Amino acid sequence: MSTETPRSSAPGGSSTKASRLGLRTVALGYLALLLLLPLAMIFYRTFEHGLAPVWKAMTEPNAMHAFWLSIELVAIAVPLNTVFGIGIALLLERGSFRGRGVLGLVIDLPFAISPIVVGLALVLVYGQVGWFGTWLSEHGIDVIFSVPGMVLATAFVSLPFVARETIPVLRELGTDAEQAAATLGANAWQTFWRVTLPAIRWGVVYGVVLTTARALGEFGAVSVVSGRIEGQTQQLPLYVQDRFENFDATGAYTAAVVLALLALATLLAMNLLTRRTRARSKLAPASNLNPEVI
Amino acid sequence: MAIEVRDVTKRFGTFTALDDVCLRVGDGALTALLGPSGSGKSTLLRIIAGLETPDSGSVSIGEEEVTSTPARTRGVGFVFQHYAPFKHMTVADNVAFGLKVRRRPKAEVRERVAELLALVRLDGLAQRYPSQLSGGQQQRMALARALAPQPKVLLLDEPFGALDAQVRAELREWLRRLHEEIHVTTIFVTHDQEEAMEVAEQIVVMNAGRIEQAGAPRELYEAPRNEFVMSFVGPVNRLGDAFLRPHDIQILSHPDESSTEALVRRVVHLGFEVRVELTLQDGRDVWAQVTRETTQELEVEEGQILAVRLPAPRVFA
Repeated sequence: MSTETPRSSAPGGSSTKASRLGLRTVALGYLALLLLLPLAMIFYRTFEHGLAPVWKAMTEPNAMHAFWLSIELVAIAVPLNTVFGIGIALLLERGSFRGRGVLGLVIDLPFAISPIVVGLALVLVYGQVGWFGTWLSEHGIDVIFSVPGMVLATAFVSLPFVARETIPVLRELGTDAEQAAATLGANAWQTFWRVTLPAIRWGVVYGVVLTTARALGEFGAVSVVSGRIEGQTQQLPLYVQDRFENFDATGAYTAAVVLALLALATLLAMNLLTRRTRARSKLAPASNLNPEVI
Repeated sequence: MAIEVRDVTKRFGTFTALDDVCLRVGDGALTALLGPSGSGKSTLLRIIAGLETPDSGSVSIGEEEVTSTPARTRGVGFVFQHYAPFKHMTVADNVAFGLKVRRRPKAEVRERVAELLALVRLDGLAQRYPSQLSGGQQQRMALARALAPQPKVLLLDEPFGALDAQVRAELREWLRRLHEEIHVTTIFVTHDQEEAMEVAEQIVVMNAGRIEQAGAPRELYEAPRNEFVMSFVGPVNRLGDAFLRPHDIQILSHPDESSTEALVRRVVHLGFEVRVELTLQDGRDVWAQVTRETTQELEVEEGQILAVRLPAPRVFA
């Protein structure tokens, strides 16, 4: 914040300064106790005995499997939710149809419903005794206690982010530019790719980052539908829990650190991408599409 | 190309934006749609462009009936009040947009963009982004962009509405000259009667979803068909049911049989033009538009009693 602002000479100046300092201390203290300290502890405990045990824990076949399964889940769920998220946002902001309000509410359901309930619901529909379960098992498709179910659960819980981040940007953008594109001869597809998407891209990127983070960290719903079979249906969070319950502290901490680093890498990638594109296009900072502001 | 609008009605919910409107605009004409906000002028323009669909009636451009033709194949150029720039594209890419979506060869696109940027005097700014341009420059870019695919008609929705007075005046003059150069049938929407009078060859006055009168600027001013046109096109004094133009009120040096007395309430100097606010003998207030010379010669001052001659007032049935 603006530490360089000239100090106020008003009589109340020193007390405002004190209260500002107090506020800052409280805010930073809260962050430190809640976020930074626990995270730092994880890192500390992981590397407490040097790199060798960490390397051993990381290259454990089950750990490797959990890592790649997490990547796989993200690689499927995130693109799906990005496409559908943008689609839903366009439908809600640009479409005019009955039930728009209802759709707007339905989108937020994954935020409202506990992931464990999502997991149970998926079992009820796709499980052995579920609605589609019989038909699915007759055709040799396993959903529950298998990877497809985990994809479903991951996609479900991370569904709203792209739509929710894109909707306000679309609203802010307005329809003028899109109508201009239409009068210039662009069809709907050209208008979307050349005009709408570039204008909303920071909203979408931010939504993708949140989706990725959520998909990586998902535990509750996936825990129910996966069956937690070692080396088969354990992604990283499930693996962390498994190691923790089996008193393998190093294994648990190592996997936790990998998970945290993946999330950090996602955030960093977004930051770099944002910055580089900005620098290249030399855009004035006039945009309210700034991800830091959304 | 000529534009013909036949019996167009448009409602938004319970609000009637256009009520059975008919309009004909000749090939190559420069026409203003003039009216207060909510009069339906923008809706009419958007219906001609295909950005809105009429509830009933039809629209033709040239020989072709286009009522159900989508905006993108109507061959109209449209300029928005707030320019609607593609913010992530350079000025050159903005102008090239209409050609690129038609997959014209690159060399042709480059040539046409250069030609248009020269036409709107933005040659040096081709690689800038819209956010680096002033409002007037953005509007000129929007115009070049609209003209690039060689539209059959050019439609401008309050094109100068968001600009400051000086830039406005410049762009008006410039639009007029541009029209002389390229002769594409042009309709622009404005709520500013001065702008309409200055730029357009033909003015269509709209009010409450209907066309009140259409004609040359001078015709509207001199022979308004009703009180709305009279009071919207040019300044007006209202005395009961009668209307008179402020410049038709004469201030005399000596009273005569045709004059009446009036008290000067206020004198407003606007440069060459001076506005004298008067109270007539019967207590009614009017104002007279006179020149600076008149007030100097007659030494008009506030609080003074003067002889004025009122013109025969116009009364609309």
